[in-house]
Amino acid sequence: MDTIFAQASALGRAGVSVVRISGPLAHDVATKMAGALPVHRGSALRMVKDREGGFIDQALVLRFDGPSSFTGEDVVELHLHGSIAIMRRVLAELGDFDGCRLAEPGEFTRRALENGRLDLVQVEGLADLIEAETEAQRKQALRVLSGALGSKIEGWRSGLIRAAALLEATIDFADEDVPVDVSEEVRDLLSEIGIALEYEITGTKAAERIRTGFEVAIVGAPNVGKSTLLNRLAGREAAITSSIAGTTRDVIEVRMDLGGLPVTLLDTAGIRESSDAIEVLGVELAYRRAANADLRLFLLDEGESPPMEPLPDDLMLISKADLSGDGFPAVSGKSGAGIDQLLKEVEVRLSALASGAGLATHERHRIAMEVANRSLIAVQALLDEGPDRYDIAAAELRLGIHALEVLVGRIDAENLLDEIFASFCLGK
Amino acid sequence: MKHFDVIVIGGGHAGADAAHAAARMGARTALLTMSQSTIGVMSCNPAIGGLGKGHLVREIDALDGAMGRVADAAGIQFRLLNRRKGPAVQGPRAQADRKIYRKSMLSEIESQPLIEILEGEATDFVMDGPRVAGVVTAEGVTLSAGAVILTTGTFLRGIIHIGDVQKPGGRMGDNPSRKLAERIDDFGLNLGRLKTGTPPRLDGRTINWDGLEMQPADDVPTLFSFLSKQAGSRQISCGITHTNERTHEIIRANLERSAMYGGHIEGVGPRYCPSIEDKVVRFAEKTSHQIFLEPEGLDDPTIYPNGISTSLPVSVQEDYVRSIAGLENVKIMQPGYAIEYDYVDPRALRQTLELKCVPGLYLAGQINGTTGYEEAAAQGLVAGLNAALAVREQDPFIFSRTNSYIGVMIDDLTSRGVTEPYRMFTSRAEFRLSLRADNADQRLTGLGIDLGCVSEERKIFHEQKMEKLAVCRSLLEAKTFTPKEAGTVGIVINTDGQRRTGFQLLSFPDVSFSHVRALDSSLDSVEADIAEQVTKDALYANYIKRQENDVALLRKDEGERIPAWFEYREIDGLSNELKSKLLAAKPETLSQASRIDGMTPAALTLLLALIRKGQSKKSA
Repeated sequence: MDTIFAQASALGRAGVSVVRISGPLAHDVATKMAGALPVHRGSALRMVKDREGGFIDQALVLRFDGPSSFTGEDVVELHLHGSIAIMRRVLAELGDFDGCRLAEPGEFTRRALENGRLDLVQVEGLADLIEAETEAQRKQALRVLSGALGSKIEGWRSGLIRAAALLEATIDFADEDVPVDVSEEVRDLLSEIGIALEYEITGTKAAERIRTGFEVAIVGAPNVGKSTLLNRLAGREAAITSSIAGTTRDVIEVRMDLGGLPVTLLDTAGIRESSDAIEVLGVELAYRRAANADLRLFLLDEGESPPMEPLPDDLMLISKADLSGDGFPAVSGKSGAGIDQLLKEVEVRLSALASGAGLATHERHRIAMEVANRSLIAVQALLDEGPDRYDIAAAELRLGIHALEVLVGRIDAENLLDEIFASFCLGK
Repeated sequence: MKHFDVIVIGGGHAGADAAHAAARMGARTALLTMSQSTIGVMSCNPAIGGLGKGHLVREIDALDGAMGRVADAAGIQFRLLNRRKGPAVQGPRAQADRKIYRKSMLSEIESQPLIEILEGEATDFVMDGPRVAGVVTAEGVTLSAGAVILTTGTFLRGIIHIGDVQKPGGRMGDNPSRKLAERIDDFGLNLGRLKTGTPPRLDGRTINWDGLEMQPADDVPTLFSFLSKQAGSRQISCGITHTNERTHEIIRANLERSAMYGGHIEGVGPRYCPSIEDKVVRFAEKTSHQIFLEPEGLDDPTIYPNGISTSLPVSVQEDYVRSIAGLENVKIMQPGYAIEYDYVDPRALRQTLELKCVPGLYLAGQINGTTGYEEAAAQGLVAGLNAALAVREQDPFIFSRTNSYIGVMIDDLTSRGVTEPYRMFTSRAEFRLSLRADNADQRLTGLGIDLGCVSEERKIFHEQKMEKLAVCRSLLEAKTFTPKEAGTVGIVINTDGQRRTGFQLLSFPDVSFSHVRALDSSLDSVEADIAEQVTKDALYANYIKRQENDVALLRKDEGERIPAWFEYREIDGLSNELKSKLLAAKPETLSQASRIDGMTPAALTLLLALIRKGQSKKSA
């Protein structure tokens, strides 16, 4: 039985946030992070530290021994200061322990139910949970699949299917006309995916991002007034503004606090065709940063279409409201028209992102990629030992694919057989 | 009116093992077949076992079913497939002598005193409300029964195609069971259409064997039954030849005359067993395809050319066959043909293979959309055991994905249905490393002993073997060795200073039993076959341990049964889409529900909660 953990308190920024850990390793893991635990049902003030001994936060630690706990298992609760950055670090730290993973939605409840710890009236609450989860999943799926990451994930998926199918073909169709040694192609596929995974893992793990919180990119054509809008939002002259198109060639970052959430505003180079080599680089960077940001503000001239595909949550703004006199979504960095409402809209969207789904999703993906990457490395080592280890290599690959399911979707035997039958002429 | 506990309709591979299993469970069983001479007939390729399939035969044998012993008696070329790969994916296979197979199967059936063989055609069921309570034969005889197992294979609306000629029939020479098909229509089941093909049978006396590559049997045969000591028949070799560009030209020139490409066939064929027409069209870049020339018996000249099944007209079959090396002057004894037939969507079945909407009626074998003798026999076993249990009003015996390939197959069929004839592959088993052909007895025979389907002879043999394995295991666990000590007998491992037991040392791929025996003389007394088995167990021990968590989770979900009264319509919080999927699938367990497309962990928790709530209401 895995030990599971998740944020158990209301989501977003609050005075106190609670992380609940439940399962056979709960006490062990909590001891490693926070030192000696209090007695059953007791509490104690402890320093929560990461694996290297670095201080994360001071927390109130509560201990429950199974079966007298919410889930009926050993449980520890960490009451931390309500900060998204702290939460991310604690969840990341917990996920690094063997046998310890982020809980699925409803999983604490499920364990409570299985251990006879749940009042059946509480079951009614599950219906709400499912509705919320469905909505969160829909949004999450859209985010993952429509971004730049989407096509990458599609590539991983087909690479993994191909690699597994090659191995399985040599196993299940040994008596037929299939290649005997597939290790080279499998190894190529896996190392390619492994490199991509490592790149993504470093990206999600960057301490910078954890500290700075959310990124909001301002996107639009040159000289539409992006930098002026940034300056207005930041309340200071952070970006150089001028009326010459293409002034912002680098990406300018401004950190601010929005409704309690740490936000980095990105002012990007205006997106347009350019013959200036430096500006082309700037535009490329603008695309990349904007695509990876948590939210995009598209600043457009009346009737103009956005320069890149917007995601469902993105905001469409009309520029230069000071000249037109129109109300929101028309805004003006110059006069400040529509800015209050814009800030409110951004805050609503970021709070929704902060509320668990986004946070957990991120963390879930990172853990998935790390587990998968370890498996892919192990597979490559097993391949070196020759065909008599292919059965174990295939099992290891299955574990890796299973871990990536949150990202690439489920890959089962039918997918592998489809690939095998499409690639090889079988049937002796 | 004559009464039986269980009536099995059909004496093919599903029917034979179904009747055998029911009788082992103590049920008075009738085996109703058109002719006693068709019991155990191999209508397609005369071979048993292979990858995944060999696993199924071992599992049938572990529960004392007939197929393994019969194949051991009839096997004329035993080969262990994947010999160079790990034991988890090795599959025993044997070419069989058709005649000996049939004779041995008949004597297996006759050796069960509770089985009565009846010759006749079943034309109707005796109904008791929604229940099937017996069978009416073509002669108008009525037989009553507690349960009926239908194993009619491709007989449901079977049509045989040779080129553009069609005729109704199950396999060559048999009558299709039209009346029974109409009766089954009345149950309102979902039917689908599949096809399969056979190659032309050749006269081996007209084959020029000189210069053909020959594939011999293994020196030491790997048998199917845990009880068998040696192969029952003389061992022979199979020939290998290849198609060539000339063969492909002939086929391409006549494509539209093939039943398949002439548009006469609507059924879906298996992708792993394509016709030669399919191979030539779909893999046009290949200039040659391998053909195995498999003798059908020791004193039978018939050769089964495995790899060139076809539905071309007879004259074209002769042309293309004679374009192949060694077959220049060959005589075709029986032309190849394709057969189309109806199958019942197996999602209509419980995991016992009883129809959800027709209590008392069990379906097993090809009628459920599967292919292969082994898949059929395994289903026969499941239906036979459970029909007998149901008649005695005992709890069903459910196979799990975690304990057997049989469990994998039954779960695949009943929760996912089929889109092409279903064949077992080892890749379908997620716990392949623990579900090995070599440990089928360790996984299942104990369960069989508890169930009562295992003979006294096997029980004694099994318990002695388990005892020996346990003794060997404890000897291996008793002492520990440093890497340096291990090094003295040639075991090369990291000198990490860690002490390891003999069992742990055995889990390294290059360490053999003789290595650890050199370290510990108390192991000298261990018999060779026990040593070999423990070595295989050790090889996978680390990986199996890593899967334990997943196994436990799956077992738990399999154990949560969704009661028949469960009302999906009344669940708040589930999307209409999910509700209608659940209503259509009527999963029997939480595990089956989890495999429904779009199911989420939270939705499963809700289902579980409502099951628990319903239970407490019911008991209150």
